[in-house]
Amino acid sequence: MIGVVSLVADNLEKRFGATTAVAGVSLSAKPGAVLGLLGPNGAGKSTTINMLAGLLRPDRGTVLVDGVPLGTGADPTKRRLGLVPQEIALFEELPARTNLEVFGALYGLAGRTLAARIGAVLELTSLSDRAGDLPKEFSGGMRRRLNIACSLLHEPQILLLDEPTVGVDPQSRNAIFETIERLADAGHTLVYTTHYMEEVERLCDRVVVIDQGRVLADDSLANLLASVPAANVLTLEYDIGIDRAALEQLEALPGITQATLAGTRLSVVAADLSLAAPRVLECLAARGFRCRALTSRRANLEDVFLTLTGRSLRDS
Amino acid sequence: MSNALIAFRALVRKDLAIFLRDRRALMVNVITPIVIAAFFGFLFGGSDETVRQLPVGIDDQDGSALSKSIVADLSADASLAASPLPEAQARERVRSGKLRAAIILPRGFGDAATRALFGRSDKPAIQLLYDPSQSFVRPIIEGLITQYVMQRVTQALFSANGSTEIVDESLARVRNNSELSSDRREDLTSLLEAVRRYQARGPAAAGQSSGGAGMVLPMTIANVAVSSGPQYNSYAHSFAGMSVQFILFMGIDAGVALLLMRQQGVWRRLCTAPLSRGVLLGSRVAGTTIIALLILAAVYLAAIALFKVRIAGSVPGFFAVSVAFAVLAASTGLMIAGLGRSVGATRGLSMFSALILVMLGGAWVPAFIFPGWLQRLSLWVPTRWAVDGFDAMTWRGQPFEAALAPAAVMLGWSMLFVLIAVWRFDWEAD
Repeated sequence: MIGVVSLVADNLEKRFGATTAVAGVSLSAKPGAVLGLLGPNGAGKSTTINMLAGLLRPDRGTVLVDGVPLGTGADPTKRRLGLVPQEIALFEELPARTNLEVFGALYGLAGRTLAARIGAVLELTSLSDRAGDLPKEFSGGMRRRLNIACSLLHEPQILLLDEPTVGVDPQSRNAIFETIERLADAGHTLVYTTHYMEEVERLCDRVVVIDQGRVLADDSLANLLASVPAANVLTLEYDIGIDRAALEQLEALPGITQATLAGTRLSVVAADLSLAAPRVLECLAARGFRCRALTSRRANLEDVFLTLTGRSLRDS
Repeated sequence: MSNALIAFRALVRKDLAIFLRDRRALMVNVITPIVIAAFFGFLFGGSDETVRQLPVGIDDQDGSALSKSIVADLSADASLAASPLPEAQARERVRSGKLRAAIILPRGFGDAATRALFGRSDKPAIQLLYDPSQSFVRPIIEGLITQYVMQRVTQALFSANGSTEIVDESLARVRNNSELSSDRREDLTSLLEAVRRYQARGPAAAGQSSGGAGMVLPMTIANVAVSSGPQYNSYAHSFAGMSVQFILFMGIDAGVALLLMRQQGVWRRLCTAPLSRGVLLGSRVAGTTIIALLILAAVYLAAIALFKVRIAGSVPGFFAVSVAFAVLAASTGLMIAGLGRSVGATRGLSMFSALILVMLGGAWVPAFIFPGWLQRLSLWVPTRWAVDGFDAMTWRGQPFEAALAPAAVMLGWSMLFVLIAVWRFDWEAD
């Protein structure tokens, strides 16, 4: 079990020339939990991560690792942090084990300690049988796992994962998720940046939505979803268009927030889908409308981002 | 061992492992300089001290005893590989580059040359046909012709069996020459009358063989190669030049590799570790320096084993020059990493600059061939000091003290390059 260490960023700012990449980002990550940093490309996630990792000195604001301000360069506090970069940052010409030896030595690991740690991370990432092979001979998923393994050698209490699943097939992505979940269970503090909402929904206990260098929202996933006006949507397809009177009757039903019609497609926003669906179907059937198809969808982070910014996460 | 030292050592070992694992890079860095240095060394004379003979053609259109003896002298000269050829054929072979030059002795040469010795008579013209691309051979052949013609003509005139008719003619010309002062006329008349009396006694009376002795060169030249002592070996210079060139290329590649590491995010990962900039950049310089020394060792071992190159000077001096140059190559790479932005553009521009540096440094042809102003200018080029340093410690056989200036200059340049790299290195670019 690792030591319990939290990470706090307070009002971080970073400019590159005339461009403000990060403008007052504050967040806190707790041990045993995964904090998701969600935002479109260019939102300022990587710059924030670089400041959290001690790679970039903020123009303003501080990063605290268990209350200790984090510096850059040779600051020993950096030893408590591990960064999994977005790129496959490996020496492709060297075998996996040699890569691990190099990255372990950067943190002062040597001899038996280093050998033991290499064995542990290879096991954690299920790469023990491929330790002697070159990374370029690995599949995309295996390379990603080795990329993570290299960041775990020195047993960092805080792990920063910068879009660690880019270009990975679904099976390998699941393997990576399982590794991250094991790390969280072991008490690590994890910060996970991505622009894939599905990943945040699966992994993160708390989500910071960031756009144009600013924090738009910082809450638990459940609270963020609940904050969206259209939390649950029921979509029904009919043979013929529904008349105005039927629409007004629907809106008067208990638990129905909104009903809109587009041709033969009816959309109904409801607080609870399980209660709303039979009421809507019964009401319209009684008026002679036969439903051809019915789909339901809960609100997701895409809707949250859309609500917060007026733009789609994927289109940004 | 401190954490920083463990990291430093691991980063250096990583650079060495990457270099040694890349067979293609090994080939380029070690085999190529050996092959090219061997070629240049052979071209500039190899390790053989014997003078290479110049192929010339000779057409003796006169056929006189005098011209025959001159042709015999030229043919026997160690500097020439003379072959008798008709003029047209000789001209054609010079034009096609098969002969360096051709010597045409015209009809009547022997008679006219003897008569022309005391002036007032038309001088015969020897034609020297030469290849304009090899014009440096012209003065050599002119010198040899002058030497043998003077020797044979004076021999013909002053020896006991010389031509009395020509002496009589010369005597008459002197006596009738109103332009000469009376004193001078008297001196010349006495000289020629003495020659006439000498000839009248005949060879037996003169106590000499029919060959006789005319005017001969009043000295001999003792050629002493002043270098290391053993002997000059042009391979020594070409190996110095090619080592400098290819190790500089390796240094540039190391710099470009650092740019590539930045592009691939590996540098970002290294910077995440709690290491100072000194450890990160210093380990890079150390790794490249060791690789440069390994290449130097391999190339010079081949030069010693296969091409008789010897470290005739100070061995510690050779080591000092090697280390200074290895540091120079590594710091050049670091500067390139500091200044460069895109990998492609940086590599192209750096290779171009390196070629200029090695060219001005005398790596391809010795710097003493350069015009004076270029020689002075090239002293500002660090590669010139590298080549001169290796030359001094190998074939010039200089003592340790002679290595100090090249090593100091190279280390000075290295320091400047490192400062530029540190100043320009963009730590926030990733």
